[in-house]
Amino acid sequence: MKMSGAQMICEAIIAEGIKTVFGYPGGAIMNVYDEIYKQNKFEHILTRHEQAAVHAADGYARASGEVGVAMVTSGPGFTNAVTGIATAYTDSIPLVVISGQVPLSLIGTDGFQEIDAVGISRSCTKHNYLVRTLEELPRVLKEAFYIARSGRPGPVLVDVPKDITGEIGEFFYPSEVNLPSYKPNYKGNNRQIHKAAKAILEAKKPLLYIGGGAVLSGAAEIVRELAWMTQIPAVETLMSRGVMGAKNPLLLGMLGMHGNYASNMAMSETDLVISLGARFDDRVTGKLSEFAKYADVIHVDIDPANIAKLVDVDYPIVGDIKTVVEKLIPLLKEEIRTERYQVWRDILGRYDELHPLLYNDSDEVIKPQWAIERLGELVGEQAIITSDVGQHQMWAAQFYPFDRPNQWINSGGLGTMGFGFPAAIGAKKAVPEKTVINITGDGSILMNVQELVTAAEHRIPVINVILNNHFLGMVRQWQTFFYDKRYSETDLSYQPNWKMLAEACGGIGYDVTTKEEFDAAIKDAIAQDKVAFVNVAIARLENVLPMVPSGGALYNMLLEHKEEK
Amino acid sequence: MEAVRRVISVVVLNEAQVLARVSGLFAARGYNIESLTVAPIPETDMSRITIVTKGNKRVIEQITKQLHKLIPTFKVIEHEEMVEKELALIKFPIEESLSDIQVLCQAYNGGIANVGEKMVIGMVTDEPARVKHFIEAAKRYSPIEIVRGGVVAIER
Ligand SMILES: Cc1ncc(C[n+]2csc(CCOP(=O)(O)OP(=O)(O)O)c2C)c(N)n1
Ligand SMILES: [Mg+2]
Repeated sequence: MKMSGAQMICEAIIAEGIKTVFGYPGGAIMNVYDEIYKQNKFEHILTRHEQAAVHAADGYARASGEVGVAMVTSGPGFTNAVTGIATAYTDSIPLVVISGQVPLSLIGTDGFQEIDAVGISRSCTKHNYLVRTLEELPRVLKEAFYIARSGRPGPVLVDVPKDITGEIGEFFYPSEVNLPSYKPNYKGNNRQIHKAAKAILEAKKPLLYIGGGAVLSGAAEIVRELAWMTQIPAVETLMSRGVMGAKNPLLLGMLGMHGNYASNMAMSETDLVISLGARFDDRVTGKLSEFAKYADVIHVDIDPANIAKLVDVDYPIVGDIKTVVEKLIPLLKEEIRTERYQVWRDILGRYDELHPLLYNDSDEVIKPQWAIERLGELVGEQAIITSDVGQHQMWAAQFYPFDRPNQWINSGGLGTMGFGFPAAIGAKKAVPEKTVINITGDGSILMNVQELVTAAEHRIPVINVILNNHFLGMVRQWQTFFYDKRYSETDLSYQPNWKMLAEACGGIGYDVTTKEEFDAAIKDAIAQDKVAFVNVAIARLENVLPMVPSGGALYNMLLEHKEEK
Repeated sequence: MEAVRRVISVVVLNEAQVLARVSGLFAARGYNIESLTVAPIPETDMSRITIVTKGNKRVIEQITKQLHKLIPTFKVIEHEEMVEKELALIKFPIEESLSDIQVLCQAYNGGIANVGEKMVIGMVTDEPARVKHFIEAAKRYSPIEIVRGGVVAIER
């Protein structure tokens, strides 16, 4: 069929089954927006900033497990999108970002709104394209979606010059890709899997170390089965919260810089780390030479470059987590002696009794940890939780009872403040039947606050719970511990009127200072079906604990909560 | 871990941006490039990039894996048993002894490539370490300009 390049882009989006696209128009992408106007197969949400469009597509992808699509114009439209693309890249989220580019004849002339998009995004995309002919456009679009979602997922940029979107040509959307140089390996090497099974049977203190790859691979169920059958305890990273389920007795908790005592001690004492889609991030390992010092390592990852990047690995297995664990289970089933690990489980149980995840609650002021726990009681499994970056994010990861994968959406790798609100908008579009709550801070929320307008306009009722400490709290915490309380540029005492701000944009606002008000506000916000700000005044100087000081060994945690003045 | 010199060949799809992807990867991840040569592979749509790099075992392993991860990469060869050659051109003033220069170049698998009114150009093709020796030895004939071609390698 003959059509324009712009129409081809729309047809590809439809063929890929995308329901919602997020974006922002401008000169170089206008041909495509004209076609969007003419069709009714997918919805387009106009965010109020390109960064938010990409985060929204990202939230859509994380909540649904499908590819998210964002669309931006050339120059500043594209550069605004870069933070969003980089955020998705570090967390391996499948996105296709389509950017307009100046016409081919102007490329390289420093034309109006010309910027080298493929050059800028090369190191923060899985792959990128500058389309040079109309003929290659259908193939490039097909490849972009395929590359984004296959293997280790990631964002793919397709930069399309304006004359190509305007040109008419023959459209045929390929049903398959032909990429002989790109063949992700899902299966895992059988011999290695056998060896790993043997190592598990011979270990005394094995530990499942579950990473974001388990979420991306859709492996939660099978990983739970592995844990249950073997009775091997598990720790989760920030990216995999929900995989084991909060009520799972085998789950010790989150490990790393703000992991709980039992998890970090388990990693320090284990004799066999079974890493499933984790990548030994420095926020997880602490001092590398002390990390899992007594352990052999089984490392399962779809990306060979992740394996043995930071630690030596005894059993490298390149493959998809789900596929590999499915192969591992029958090898263990007959021979496993779950009592073999009883002593180990007892030790870890005692560690948890010794230093459970705790906080000192108060009657005078709301403690952030209380707010998260209470939110868990009020909405629990029903909700999708997104978050921004800072103390509130860590408290959410520590205290919210995540029961399933894809329930917890946060920028773990890049740590992008401003991610949570637009990601919540995307998540709500993907899974409208769930309540979507963004747990945020008084700093972070202002980094995409314009999205109040988007959410109000499209009636996307996401609830932003602002844990308001009048500080850039996480930075303040480091200043407290490591900079002698010199609070350089972290005091956020000067604040907007949050309720008025939300309402000025067509949302609803609540100011909360007591536990009763908290309950009432959350319940009302859910009932209102409007975008909401719940501004919760929390204890200003509360710290996130435990804490492994940056670069220290995991077993050296600051544990005690003492009230800062 | 000790840094070692490694020659790595990368077979890639010959398409726009591909060299930038490879060299950009080295820049972004802080890997070292001693030399890089690239040319199309005859009768294919592929190119071969030969890179000489230095790093410890873990770094070299990461380099090969990261190179492999690039979508247009077909093959990454970390050379062990190889024949490795480099070309160099050197320009000397015509006043220097032509026969000395010729003998010297011949000792390093080369000869005189060009003689003009004011200069003579010698050419050698040899192992990179030997090319270095040649350049040392050539110094006494007051070279005006030296151009090294970068390493190419083929597995034995
Ligand atoms: C875009 C961006 N800029 C700066 C930072 C550094 N940073 C990390 S946490 C933080 C403070 C966040 O403050 P707030 O949102 O109020 O959260 P709190 O820690 O107080 O809960 C800052 C500035 C970041 N992660 N992202
Ligand atoms: Mg704050």
